[in-house]
Amino acid sequence: MKNENIIQYIYGIADNALILGQRLSELCGHGPSLETDIALTNMALDLLGQTRSYYQYAAQLSGDGKTEDDIAFLRIERQYKNVLLVEQPNRHFGYVIARQFFYDVFHLFLLQELQHSKDEILSAIAKKAIKEVSYHQRFSSDWIKRLGDGTKESHQKIQEAVDDLWGFTDELFHMTEDDLLAFNSGIGVDLSKIKDAYYQKIKEVLEEATITPPETKWFQKGGKQGIHSEHMGYLLADLQYMQRTYPNMKW
Amino acid sequence: MSEKEIKNLEEIFEQRIARDEKIEPKDWMPEKYRKTHIRQISQHAHSEIVGMLPEGNWITRAPSLRRKVALLAKVQDEAGHGLYLYSACETLGISREELYEQLHTGKAKYSSIFNYPTITWADMGAIGWLVDGAAIINQVPLCSTSYGPYARAMIRVCKEESFHQRQGYEIMITLANGTPEQKAMAQDALNRWWWPSLMMLGPTDAESVHTEQSMKWKLKRKTNDELRQQFIDQTVPQADLIGLTIPDPDLKWNEKTGHYDFGEINWDEFWQVVKGHGPCNKERLSARVNAWENGQWVRDAAMTYAQKQEDKKLKKAI
Repeated sequence: MKNENIIQYIYGIADNALILGQRLSELCGHGPSLETDIALTNMALDLLGQTRSYYQYAAQLSGDGKTEDDIAFLRIERQYKNVLLVEQPNRHFGYVIARQFFYDVFHLFLLQELQHSKDEILSAIAKKAIKEVSYHQRFSSDWIKRLGDGTKESHQKIQEAVDDLWGFTDELFHMTEDDLLAFNSGIGVDLSKIKDAYYQKIKEVLEEATITPPETKWFQKGGKQGIHSEHMGYLLADLQYMQRTYPNMKW
Repeated sequence: MSEKEIKNLEEIFEQRIARDEKIEPKDWMPEKYRKTHIRQISQHAHSEIVGMLPEGNWITRAPSLRRKVALLAKVQDEAGHGLYLYSACETLGISREELYEQLHTGKAKYSSIFNYPTITWADMGAIGWLVDGAAIINQVPLCSTSYGPYARAMIRVCKEESFHQRQGYEIMITLANGTPEQKAMAQDALNRWWWPSLMMLGPTDAESVHTEQSMKWKLKRKTNDELRQQFIDQTVPQADLIGLTIPDPDLKWNEKTGHYDFGEINWDEFWQVVKGHGPCNKERLSARVNAWENGQWVRDAAMTYAQKQEDKKLKKAI
């Protein structure tokens, strides 16, 4: 497998961590309680930490003097490979939790497979991240239950968020060409293998939370090909502001 | 309790303070001591929480991943400080809800410095270097204050603050050694944050209404003017070292006193900001009120869910 393909494979995983980390960072200082504020920031920190490990590795593979920051801040929108799910905005706390939950369950399954990668660095990153993401999944699952089985208002709000975000879950399992190449060379994960377990886990938690899984069969896709939602440009405008305004400087 | 008994308790209390003993939540304390501590500790807690906002303003736009992570962690530390301080305050018999209520209605104050806007990345450096620097000078003496829970919270807070201060100064060093644009950005931030940082150490001794009593209770160990002088003496050489200029034409080393002389502080501006007319007073307060109000349904859900779980357990037990 060529380095360029491994790099693209890494972007497919790491961009999710970056964009979700960025979304969570927006909430710092605005959480519904100090305790949840701190917890959401913890998750943002974990995700951004993972992002750095992946990008540092990708930068090293590129061998052209690129840095983690070039990768994070200086690509154009079409070159970001994150799924549409993670770029969805923080409409209210229910959306934050549903987005997190849908991603965390996938993320943990993904890492559990990725730790067996033939690529030692990816395997090491995955092993470290598993500990963090297990906590994320526990946090978001617990909140799904609290909101679903809490008050009438919270039930309505989390059901609304689950309904709206459900359509973004299927994309998590799409295999790009680089994903297939990575899987065939023992580096990457077969996403179709974790799909059933994913939906089973999701449905278990939703059921306990008295939330009805949506019946929709139509799913959105495009993020993995770099075709993002309208939200993405604004997110990148914030993310890239300094690097674009003051190019080639050290911070 | 008779007047005589109270007087007796007060005497014992004052003696304990004189012996540097810690006062603990269950100990008898004069009502005024309790109230003063609630006022000061809550003001401090509110400052931590409101203080998250100006820096939070730059998290999504931080210029590198390393800076983004460091800033995020720093703002999270402030939330942590808020948490210990609210907890320390709650030991004095007031609830978190009441404390928030006082903040949201404007009854309780927070540090006025956070009513200034953060308009460039260099403000993250200036806040860490100057604002956290001034905060440390204010706070280190509190590590040995008489009220136990406050003193213990402050030990932890001060350790983290000194890390923040170094982190802020390091941002300034990087900018000062950077391109002309970066250096100008750093100088501009210093120009804007210098005077408000001096004001942060409180009104001059002549104007400070709480100083005398607070000194007696070791809630304060040095006067505002002494602390301000200490801050200036410490900070001027740091600015010199990185080639930035303190925006005070009257600033001059005084051989005789062994301190820097400095120019007149604009106290009128200070009082205007305290009264709510700073550039961001409205934004800061409304950000806090919004977070609290928008979070109501979330907190209600958590309470209701916990109650339901409790009921289920009880039913099972029966």
